[in-house]
Amino acid sequence: MSGTPDDTKPVNFTVKAPVYLQIGDAKADTAHSGVCVVDVNLPFGKPVNIEEVTFKNYYTAYVTVRLLRRNPEQEAPAKWCTAVRDLPLMDNPHTEGGSQDYYTIHRTQMQVEPDHVVCARLILRQPSLAWLTFSLEDIQIFPHTEPDPEKEVSDWLSDLTLTDQHPDLEGLPDPQTVSSSIQQMWALTEVMQTNQTTASIGRFDVSETHSQPHLSCNECVHDGGDVITFGR
Amino acid sequence: MDEGIELSLTIAQIIQRLRGSHLHSQIERQAKECLHQPDVKLESLKEDVRSFLKTSGWERKLQNAVYRELHIQLPPRHPPAPPEHLKEPLVYMRKAQASWEKRVLKSLNSMSTELGVPLAHMRPAAEQKELTNKWNEMGTDEPDLSRFRPVYAPKDFLEVLIGLRNPNHDSSEDISVRSHWGLIQVPLNVRDIPHLREAYSELNLTSGQMGIDDHALIHPDLFENEYVQIGKKVVMEEDSAAAQQYSRQGCPTGLRADLWALILNATNQPQDVMHYEQLKAGVIQHNLLVDNLIYKDVKLTASNDDYYFVFEDFLYQVLLCFSRDTAVLEHFKYNSATPPKSYIQGKVGDEECAVVYPPNGVIPFHGFSMYVAPLCFLYNEPSKLYNVFREMYIRYFFRLHSISSHASGILSLCLQFERLLQTHLPQLFYHLRQIGVQPLRLAFKWMVRAFSGYLSTDQLLLLWDRILGYDSLEVVAVLAAAVFAFRAENLMEVTSLASAEAVLADLSTLKVMPLIQVFLFATAM
Repeated sequence: MSGTPDDTKPVNFTVKAPVYLQIGDAKADTAHSGVCVVDVNLPFGKPVNIEEVTFKNYYTAYVTVRLLRRNPEQEAPAKWCTAVRDLPLMDNPHTEGGSQDYYTIHRTQMQVEPDHVVCARLILRQPSLAWLTFSLEDIQIFPHTEPDPEKEVSDWLSDLTLTDQHPDLEGLPDPQTVSSSIQQMWALTEVMQTNQTTASIGRFDVSETHSQPHLSCNECVHDGGDVITFGR
Repeated sequence: MDEGIELSLTIAQIIQRLRGSHLHSQIERQAKECLHQPDVKLESLKEDVRSFLKTSGWERKLQNAVYRELHIQLPPRHPPAPPEHLKEPLVYMRKAQASWEKRVLKSLNSMSTELGVPLAHMRPAAEQKELTNKWNEMGTDEPDLSRFRPVYAPKDFLEVLIGLRNPNHDSSEDISVRSHWGLIQVPLNVRDIPHLREAYSELNLTSGQMGIDDHALIHPDLFENEYVQIGKKVVMEEDSAAAQQYSRQGCPTGLRADLWALILNATNQPQDVMHYEQLKAGVIQHNLLVDNLIYKDVKLTASNDDYYFVFEDFLYQVLLCFSRDTAVLEHFKYNSATPPKSYIQGKVGDEECAVVYPPNGVIPFHGFSMYVAPLCFLYNEPSKLYNVFREMYIRYFFRLHSISSHASGILSLCLQFERLLQTHLPQLFYHLRQIGVQPLRLAFKWMVRAFSGYLSTDQLLLLWDRILGYDSLEVVAVLAAAVFAFRAENLMEVTSLASAEAVLADLSTLKVMPLIQVFLFATAM
């Protein structure tokens, strides 16, 4: 995946305060219309090609994304277009499902190519009267980077085969040293076997090194001669 | 998120979880050994090995393992989402759960200090020996438990759920009068009967059900014989997904143990037995404070129950080991609860000196042992019984005592119960409110235990068949509403809380499947 939020920085922009549209005279006691507009002004003079928009929902039911695009080649004035219309964020506007979830709108989900974008406008709708307020939080816009062909393939592969996370080896010796010492021991036993004696090895001593109760333990499972350790 | 990307992430997650597991090494060994077989040729090595694994049943075992992982898998994470969001997306519920946990922990700590019993201490050698000898008959022990009391009871938890409020919820009077009838004030999405009819279509009036059509008066050729034959095939095929689908119409008594073990993928492998033995060794070595709570709970609930008192020893063997099983800590990734931590003396706050207490992170409450008791009817081998219980706990039972917005969480079940009653039995609801009775207060104790201890065991096991078959606890809320519908006439005539409780006191004669079926499919809309 090119342009993932992990390796691209979001675009710096200013978000204007959300404007809640109201019916009737602003001064009189107004009813909430359930529509809110959030303007996102991208840095002046630097149109952005958008890869994806991420945000955290706060009780918004539907979001519409409109983009102001200015084509650099033509001298035509910038035009507004709708990228996403009424994307449902909550299954049911009256209930909690999806109300505080994180969302991503990728450029492939947009109806137009989000290139050379100067300004974005998010229109939030929450028709239900059950909520006192609604908004979007943590809005971030990630720019589209032209993918390096080779890099793209390896990114895709690395997504499929997540690197082996090293199991929790706290308190255990380093596996490399253990395996090299086991190798030495194995060589020694081979030597011993060729020079068999009847002398006994001697008794073993096990010392109690712990005085506190263990409440969690790493488990060792013997499996046909191999010792597999895995921590939980 | 793009569906294709989601799928590959899911696959990657499952691969990572299964890699290095015992199943993985077994399959590798099988693949190596099959190279000796004459029909495996070098030119078509990959396909031949694959088809060998298929015919020898190993592919099926892998499928079952993958299916089990899908049950407990976390949804793919959006990069900015913190891990708490996966446990519980709603912030105010996380806060409520955290403060509830603080209360419980405080209660446990104060009990420890008051009684002078340490949270954990090593048993002296003589005591260890005695316990080893008495392992199979711990019930004969009569320790002095009078000083111990359960950390909390379901009704305390109910008060917390009732007090839950969404700070963004507009609860002014004219918004929703209906929400003020009931106790639960959180606007969760719960399903009503039309949606339930679609989701639970296998329970409809035209399908045969174990619990209805296996009645003695109905000729077995009409349903039962064929159904049992199908069941035997499912068990032979060893397919988890098929077993789960089959169990939606109920399990025949003789096949239930195998079917449930298949659905939960609780195969009793040698390493499971060894794990259980390790836990048993842990029990013998150390004494935990929660052990006393478990003893007390078993003595108070299961030992007094006509059906379960014979299993008292099994319950100790399972629950004491359960408290020490750190494998259970994994489920806290998707449980809204967080395991309590205890610190080595003098180092409070230092994360390196923190251990989870109890080791499995679950503090038992009054009635906890009833989650295990019905399983004793199915399994008599302690390690198998333990594995089945643990899997059932980390898939379903934990949701019954934590605050969460999940569709199977106790909060959703309570709300669903109330809504079903308000929508389809409004007169009854109104009447009960008039006499000062909130129906949820009567039904909550049933739902928290998934009806264990209230129904007769064969009926309870039929109910739990459906919980496993549909992978959801919704049917518990439906049954609670159905019980009220069944006893509606009597309830309409009561005039006090005490008489309402008396009407609903004894559920042991109820047949659950006809009640659920009639409530879902024969209620007038």
